[in-house]
Amino acid sequence: MKFLRKYMDKIQPQFRPGGKLQKLESVYDGMESFLFTPNTTSHSGTHIHDGNDLKRTMITVVVALMPALFFAMYNIGLQHYLAIGQPETPWLTMWTFGLLAMLPVIVVSYVVGLGIEFIGAQIHHKEIQEGFLVTGILIPLIVPINTPLWMVAVATAFAVIFAKEVFGGTGMNIFNVALITRAVLFFGYPSRMSGDEAFVKTDAAFGMGAGTTVDTFSGATPLGQIATNVGDSLSLHNVVGDPITTCDAFMGTIAGSPGETSMVAILVGAAILLVTGVASWRVMCSVFAGGLAMAALAGAFPSPTYPASMLSPWAQLCYGGFAFAAVFMATDPVTGARTRVGQYIYGFLIGVFAILIRIYNGGYPEGAMLAVLLMNAFAPLIDHCVVSFNIKRRMQRAGNKK
Amino acid sequence: MLSKKNKEALFNPLSKDNPVLVQILGICSTLAVTASMEPAIVMGISVIAVMALSNVIISFIRKSIPTTIRIIVQLVVVAALVIIVQQFLIAFDYDVSKQLSVFIGLIITNCILMGRLEAFALNNRPWPSFLDGIGNGLGYTIILVIVAAVRELFGSGTLMGFQVIPQWCYDHGYENNGLMILPPMALITVACIIWVHRARNPELMEN
Repeated sequence: MKFLRKYMDKIQPQFRPGGKLQKLESVYDGMESFLFTPNTTSHSGTHIHDGNDLKRTMITVVVALMPALFFAMYNIGLQHYLAIGQPETPWLTMWTFGLLAMLPVIVVSYVVGLGIEFIGAQIHHKEIQEGFLVTGILIPLIVPINTPLWMVAVATAFAVIFAKEVFGGTGMNIFNVALITRAVLFFGYPSRMSGDEAFVKTDAAFGMGAGTTVDTFSGATPLGQIATNVGDSLSLHNVVGDPITTCDAFMGTIAGSPGETSMVAILVGAAILLVTGVASWRVMCSVFAGGLAMAALAGAFPSPTYPASMLSPWAQLCYGGFAFAAVFMATDPVTGARTRVGQYIYGFLIGVFAILIRIYNGGYPEGAMLAVLLMNAFAPLIDHCVVSFNIKRRMQRAGNKK
Repeated sequence: MLSKKNKEALFNPLSKDNPVLVQILGICSTLAVTASMEPAIVMGISVIAVMALSNVIISFIRKSIPTTIRIIVQLVVVAALVIIVQQFLIAFDYDVSKQLSVFIGLIITNCILMGRLEAFALNNRPWPSFLDGIGNGLGYTIILVIVAAVRELFGSGTLMGFQVIPQWCYDHGYENNGLMILPPMALITVACIIWVHRARNPELMEN
């Protein structure tokens, strides 16, 4: 560490005004504060210091995403080897396949997103913010594994520029950047984002694991199957046609976007977020409450016209991206509601809308993304109403005492 | 004929005083008719014609219009011209008139038109009013065509209906962006044009 400190001190003058590389000052500052604790603190007045800064918050979220990420890699391999008829492959091989399959997406997402952030910071002579650390790992987790890399790059660039940089960068965005990336892909290239060919990687990853798919192969996700279900009962099957239960969905061994499948991994992440106090438990719990309420309401009137209404409320939470959105998307402190009462309303409505869209809108088999984006737009309004209601109430109380 | 003042009336709306970029008027039709270039151009020409003629007519009768009912008089004149344009289109270019559907009729409510009649034609002689109408119509049309070109190129891979992006690209995994065809991208494209325009004309930037 001492060597690193000495080296950073040695090259520092080149980046200060007058130095050769002064244009890259923000890159230097970014790297320095990435490696070491910033040593600039306030000198006058009383200040309460907390070791928890933006960087640590971001790293905590990344750590919380790790279970989902590692399980995603395993599951990508599992689905692949199931599809090519080799279910006896050892789990480490499956995991390695998933790692190789996901790595390019992760690299593209980080290179494009961080590249734009670096350039933006240089142009505006601002410090580089850490916001993209989380977004960059969220994107590979919510984008189907078969999405071409250039599409990921285009969508990431679009989202970072138009959903974040134009609003003023990290902490100023109205909409969740990772979800905007997915929405751009979803509306721009719909054929790549749904159907049979999006979610299960059947071709080789860096020369590993190619094979012909078995005859009974079908890559549709459970929610995709439900959306096209005909008749009075649901029959869900995995990629090779064997029936699956809600238990499989809870464990996560089903087809889907990489990070969303495993409820277990997501719940571990949720526990990390809640124990460290990074995410708001009010939002998280109320999303699940809203989802359960809407699912129970729809489940009370099951109808073959809307096949998803035949799922039990418990299953509604396990399938699709609902849990992932509840834990990692809705709890984004920047785009969500900030008042306590507002957080209950915000979360509850996300849950309600996610299930509502999923069941009653035939065009979208999954509604979590759209629900979160919709409520992102309403979060400031909710906060405003809560605050002004509170002011009115207290004014009245003060008036009554006179 | 083309004094300094007249030149300003004709050329200012093209950039420095562009109705779409600077005054942010006429956005509704910019969103609606710019999915491809052909309807955008037809729409632009229609607006130029209606705007120039209505400016001239209002300018001729500007002294005899009672101030209290001037909006109604303007509407009647514009509506009459729009109906003529609409019938003309139905007669000579039926397919495009189908694509433009209600938006030709909605030229009546185009904010740029009413704005120019109120701000210019009511206070100026017919010839400058005519030039002002042409200038503002052109300024509107330019933006419409740029937006439509971007959207058609990336949304359908074509320009004016001709394939521009070669088959080679599609064979190697390129795909048209469906989002470009949807109205939100018109807003974002206009925003980008405004961004570039403001960056080149810093005096237009708001604080």
